[in-house]
Amino acid sequence: MNIKPDPTFHASAKLAMEAPVEKLAFTLMLSPDGTQPDGLAVVDVDPKSKTYGQIVHSLFMPNTGDEFHHFGWNACSSALSPLTGHAFLERRYLIIPGIRSSRIYIIDVKEPLKAKIHKIIEPEELMAKTGYSRPHTIHCGPEGIYVSTLGGGGKDGTDGPPGIFIMDCETFEILGRYEMDRGVQDKQYDFWWNLPRNYMVSSEWGLPPQFENGIVAEDLLSNKYGHSIHFWDLRARKNMQTIDLGENHQMALEIRPAHDPAKEYGFCGVVVDTTNLQGSIFTWWRDDDGTWQARKVITIDPVPADPDDLPPLLKGFSAVPPLVTDIDLSLDDKYLYVACWGLGEMHQYDVSDPMNPTLAGKVELGGIVANHKPPNGKDFAYGPQMVEVSRDGRRVYWTNSLYSTWDDQFYPGDEGGQMVMADVGENGGLTLNKDFYVDFPKGYRSHQIRLEGGDCSTDSFCYPNV
Amino acid sequence: MGAGIYHGLNPGMGWPLAVSAALMEKRRSALWGALAALALGHFLAMLAILLPFSILTTLVEWQSEIRITAGLLVIALGIYLLITRRHPRFLARVPPSRLALWSFLAAMAHGAGLMLVPIYLGICGQSGVDAGHGAAGMLMAGNAGTALLVAIVHTLAMALAGSVLAGLMYFWLGLKFLTKAWFNLDVVWALSLIVVGAIGVATAVI
Repeated sequence: MNIKPDPTFHASAKLAMEAPVEKLAFTLMLSPDGTQPDGLAVVDVDPKSKTYGQIVHSLFMPNTGDEFHHFGWNACSSALSPLTGHAFLERRYLIIPGIRSSRIYIIDVKEPLKAKIHKIIEPEELMAKTGYSRPHTIHCGPEGIYVSTLGGGGKDGTDGPPGIFIMDCETFEILGRYEMDRGVQDKQYDFWWNLPRNYMVSSEWGLPPQFENGIVAEDLLSNKYGHSIHFWDLRARKNMQTIDLGENHQMALEIRPAHDPAKEYGFCGVVVDTTNLQGSIFTWWRDDDGTWQARKVITIDPVPADPDDLPPLLKGFSAVPPLVTDIDLSLDDKYLYVACWGLGEMHQYDVSDPMNPTLAGKVELGGIVANHKPPNGKDFAYGPQMVEVSRDGRRVYWTNSLYSTWDDQFYPGDEGGQMVMADVGENGGLTLNKDFYVDFPKGYRSHQIRLEGGDCSTDSFCYPNV
Repeated sequence: MGAGIYHGLNPGMGWPLAVSAALMEKRRSALWGALAALALGHFLAMLAILLPFSILTTLVEWQSEIRITAGLLVIALGIYLLITRRHPRFLARVPPSRLALWSFLAAMAHGAGLMLVPIYLGICGQSGVDAGHGAAGMLMAGNAGTALLVAIVHTLAMALAGSVLAGLMYFWLGLKFLTKAWFNLDVVWALSLIVVGAIGVATAVI
């Protein structure tokens, strides 16, 4: 407990943008075949440092087969609402779930170079207390730490729907399920919210048998992956409305609400449209009468390709789908970054007008067919995937792995984990930085990045920009 | 009144919520509306605690026992808050649109009303001597009136202090002031309960 609020908590997104820039990044490393323990890499991102662009500390877990994916903080700027009563928490612990093992690690990073395991929650405990498995997205909010899960009970995670559970933000005890009335929600992926407006939005990927052993082509072509987003009364824990984006919009993944809580809109990325292989972005918003709406505002076309250059999964289509697998919104709500993991492109859209985004910048790197190399001539396996934006919006970091078994299907024979960074121009535009390139240890792939002191997909703000 | 200013200045009693509400609705009148809702909730919490005690004060011959018990109760709550240092989770389930309800529950949960009891009983104790020969009914009405008065004065002081801070932040200082002005008062708050309780007990014994 602090005497004053943690200096990394900010009342508004605007104040967070003015805060000191990040000097360290935390990146997850996963062993795709489970032969080595997964780990947390601490990366030096301070250009003035001698070890810039290097892994300055690694912490490996005592188990194998966890498959690290997403992670988050124990506390963030959401603590600055007097409603919650946790204004004096420290941003100190990273909550790292194993998406395959359902084990959850609490890592103490108060001294980042001496990061250590604080607590481990075993899968049996998670299952016994919630009936959920495959924990995924972490957000800290009014009642503690909220964690979304991709699986329900049973060995294959299909016994009952997946959902969200709540952990105590100080003891990390699992308190129980979030949902009181889930309505039609039967799949789960990401979620985020607007705290003062008291709503939450959640999305859908698929059930564990649809992803754990690789993408199931028949399920995709018969539109059996998730294609709905759900709107919840956050504190009443009730599903108020579900919007079906259309069953061809397969895998509605990342939810990115505007950071300024005065704005009642946000974005959702859809991996693939099964009618034309496009990737797309939907804008969702609340109408004056309180009902929710969603409209497709960005489409990214597939690129024709010689079947000989394509993996078996895609040969029949003679084209590379963009595969929009991650999106991230800058803290000023101006730029939306869209990872096209199949094409090998990172797009930057100006979303100042959320209903009419325009392409403002682009970096080409990796890709199923294109296989663009970074400026230093070294390897970049797969394509741009997990993307994280610095608080000031000037630097965009990303890694390359999507999910172990899916990497192998879309990029057979490829291997490696890399992290790169691109600089954002004064008036938009995106340029890959020549000096920043991290190659993770052999046998490891890399997934989500968290920036010291918070980033563009962690903190929720309780006060509007002024 | 001092306690009122103290409660009002404490961000944990809600004034930042008024700033948030005014900024969200983009009009300054929302600031006063939210402050009024917070004050109403706080006022009701004061009454909910003080009125039962005002009935008890009719038992004039038990006066010192009541004051000692009330003092001990306040001390006990202070010690409890000192040890647990947890804020009840049900407060986090109140929607931000229901500020009066939140303010009421927050004041109840943190013993804001109880903190006033020894002070209130002290006031009644003084007037109680004069009214010693009066009818019980009159005494009760009188003490209920005092309870109302204490609650009003306290809430006004609280609302005024909170308004000054909320207004300063909204009109001049900006949101950055929030993290600068917010101190962890959990321990101070718990200690205040103990001190107020102890004074209540001491004055009853002497």
